[in-house]
Amino acid sequence: MTGEKQQGRQETAAPAIELKGISKAFGPVQANRDISLSVAKGTIHGIVGENGAGKSTLMSILYGFYKADAGEIYINGQRTPIPDSQAAIAAGIGMVFQHFKLVENFTVLENVVLGAEDGALLRPSLAKARKTLVQLAHEYELEVDPDAVIEELSVGHQQRVEILKALYRSADILILDEPTGVLTPSEADHLFRILKNLRAQGKTIILITHKLREIMEATDTVSVMRQGQMTATMKTRDTSPQKLAELMVGRKVLLRVDKKPAKPGKPVLRVENLRLTDSAGVERLKGISFEVRAGEILGIAGVAGNGQSELLDVLGGISPAEGRITLHDRPLPLAGRHANGQARRSDGIAHVPEDRQRLGLIMDFMAWENMCFGYHNDPKYNKGPLMMDNPAILDDTAEKMQRFDIRPPNPRLRAESFSGGNQQKLVLAREIERNPEVLLVGQPTRGVDIGAIEFIHQQIVALRDAGKAILLVSVELEEILSLTDRVAVMFDGRIMGERITSETDEKELGLMMAGVSGEAA
Amino acid sequence: MDKMPRWADVFLVPFINLILAFVVSGLVVLAIGENPFKAIWIMISGSLGSTSGIGYTLYYATNYMFTGLAVAVAFHARLFNIGGEGQAAVAGIGTALVLLAFDWPYWWLAMPFAIIGAAVFGAAWAFIPAYLQAKRGSHIVITTIMFNFIGAALMGFLLNGILKNPDTQNAETVAFPKGAHLPTVHEVLSPLGINFAKSAPLNVSFLLALACAVGVWFLLWRTRLGYQIRAFGQSETAARYAGIDAVKITVITMLISGALAGMLSINVVMGEQGRLIKEFVEGAGFVGIAVALMGRSHPFGIVLASLLFGMLTQGGFELMWDMPAISREMVLVIQALIILFTGALDNMVRDPVERLFLRMRKRKG
Repeated sequence: MTGEKQQGRQETAAPAIELKGISKAFGPVQANRDISLSVAKGTIHGIVGENGAGKSTLMSILYGFYKADAGEIYINGQRTPIPDSQAAIAAGIGMVFQHFKLVENFTVLENVVLGAEDGALLRPSLAKARKTLVQLAHEYELEVDPDAVIEELSVGHQQRVEILKALYRSADILILDEPTGVLTPSEADHLFRILKNLRAQGKTIILITHKLREIMEATDTVSVMRQGQMTATMKTRDTSPQKLAELMVGRKVLLRVDKKPAKPGKPVLRVENLRLTDSAGVERLKGISFEVRAGEILGIAGVAGNGQSELLDVLGGISPAEGRITLHDRPLPLAGRHANGQARRSDGIAHVPEDRQRLGLIMDFMAWENMCFGYHNDPKYNKGPLMMDNPAILDDTAEKMQRFDIRPPNPRLRAESFSGGNQQKLVLAREIERNPEVLLVGQPTRGVDIGAIEFIHQQIVALRDAGKAILLVSVELEEILSLTDRVAVMFDGRIMGERITSETDEKELGLMMAGVSGEAA
Repeated sequence: MDKMPRWADVFLVPFINLILAFVVSGLVVLAIGENPFKAIWIMISGSLGSTSGIGYTLYYATNYMFTGLAVAVAFHARLFNIGGEGQAAVAGIGTALVLLAFDWPYWWLAMPFAIIGAAVFGAAWAFIPAYLQAKRGSHIVITTIMFNFIGAALMGFLLNGILKNPDTQNAETVAFPKGAHLPTVHEVLSPLGINFAKSAPLNVSFLLALACAVGVWFLLWRTRLGYQIRAFGQSETAARYAGIDAVKITVITMLISGALAGMLSINVVMGEQGRLIKEFVEGAGFVGIAVALMGRSHPFGIVLASLLFGMLTQGGFELMWDMPAISREMVLVIQALIILFTGALDNMVRDPVERLFLRMRKRKG
């Protein structure tokens, strides 16, 4: 007994997590290659890397979702095989996923207890959990009403429930996967306060993110992954965002968009008092008005789920709405037979949707079949009234793939075989090359690697400089600030205010994103 | 990168499925005290061993091609048309009405009109479920199944009523005019000096089925309508983004599907029976689902799967004849096992084969 205790004491110096030579392949793809990592106890460790660099795979191995082909995991100095997530929980590892794993119509308490019940009867477990929850809330600023139903909570609170779930299972090591993607800046700040409190109590935290600002702000040490390998680990205070970005991409990158001042012309797209009520009877757009001028990029900022998606759907002809939209002073139909994607396209409105995998592309179709998607009625893609001109589409696709540097440049490859960045370039190539009057762009760089982001931003700016009107919806404030000329902030289906991008900052926009109304500039 | 070569996807996996199905069927045959090898030999020789056997096999295969193509076209739009049985039955009424309307002098004159009659009636029977799905959201699986029953009831009503041949006890129409008789394989081949069994019901509808297979391929992969059908089937949300009209595509696809199922009546009603008999479809509409599954909804695969199921049907009848211990139900069990292995348990074989190919590739690379 004493021997064991002594060993335990020695181990407090050992790192909380130590990975040695982890490798994992999915078929021909080597997702993790000989990765070694050591995270000291009581620290916040950041892991950055582009999409597909292998971050998620590595964490899934650590949480027992995947089995590594080779390598060992040491928890607190002890070799710990993790064959499944039960073993991970037993080893004191908790995970907060990007997409929450909560039962929507259960209460906070029920969600916390789910899977960790003490016996067949629920009551004692719930009573115990309630006590623990109060205690945890007090200790870490994790206040949530235990009896609130999940679907009625804000996203930030739902995330706290996820953290509580992990802590309730007495996790000492907490892994957070892209935790701020859905949060307002102030919610994100609160999250980081929570994480720092947890660190103060000796918990170890791994933070996976692609936002370099958060790494700089919240972490003690940071590791960079690229192409399945751990390319560098360093103290956060010894590095800079620029350096991290270079390590991620493997070359110098422009973090700021290089663009000339806009020369706005006449208003092209005018939206007046747009209203939309969804099938559940919830009003999603509550009287939206704005205009987009020729030769400018209007940004729509806001936390995800405040009506931006619905706005894009209405403008793109996907959902019907009430109100008035004019294009060059000509009203567009908002409901009925003539309000559809085909009509919008022939009016010269191109749409790069937020969700390229569900809307913008057909994942099972080959690149060339996707390149005419939406424009399949265009005579240049057709032979006679019935047949499509497949060779012409193939040629057209090959040409566009070359111009947009889409790799691999094979028009016969299925969309699902391309990386996120190249999928996005497929959609952009299709929409931008139509030379539209108005380009609607939703989350153009979501899940896109830094190298491709640069290119995509350049293409959007080039279209602006050609005198076209661009409406850009993005939840990334950095993107809004660096790319747009004017910005409107949406909150709860309304526009809280409009600003000239160069005359505002993250703080002011952040307040408006949280629902504090800003007088129109 | 694809997980395995195309030939493995198209041929190897179905072949392994088939072998497994035969092994399990063999065990079943063994369990009832018969020799499985003998049973298999009877099925093969019964379906391919004589011109008569081949004639029957291809006759059944013709039916399955029509119904299989019907299921496949709908499936490309993610519509599960279970109603081939009813659509074919109602199409039989269309065929019969056309053929009874005139004293047709030549079969080649009668056939195009009979095809139109069958297509219109088959499509009409598919239209109502399609419309309900597109406009009201009533699930097409439920409605097409219900329309199978309504179709059967309608057949019973008409064939015991105004369409009934007053000279018999049976629920059937009077015989079609002699001129409307479709040439059988015997009649086509004997002038060429090839002697094909006179009893075989195989007729020129077989060529119509092959033409339909080519037509379906052309429709799906060469026309704009086919492009929209496939896009709609792959992703309804993406189709809405592209401005593809969901109602239009749903209805048109189901019309085509119903018309294809209706072609079965050309083969059976016009080609074989020469009059409309109440239960002429005999489950071919349901077999079409299995055929489409096994053929992976591709016309070429469907032609091959139809040949297999034609063999199974014909071989199954021979088996019942030659092995008294094997009843009609036993034959159904064997067919069901094949459907089970090729359709429902497909992934059981597919995943290990995929992994095998990946491992082989890795070793090479």
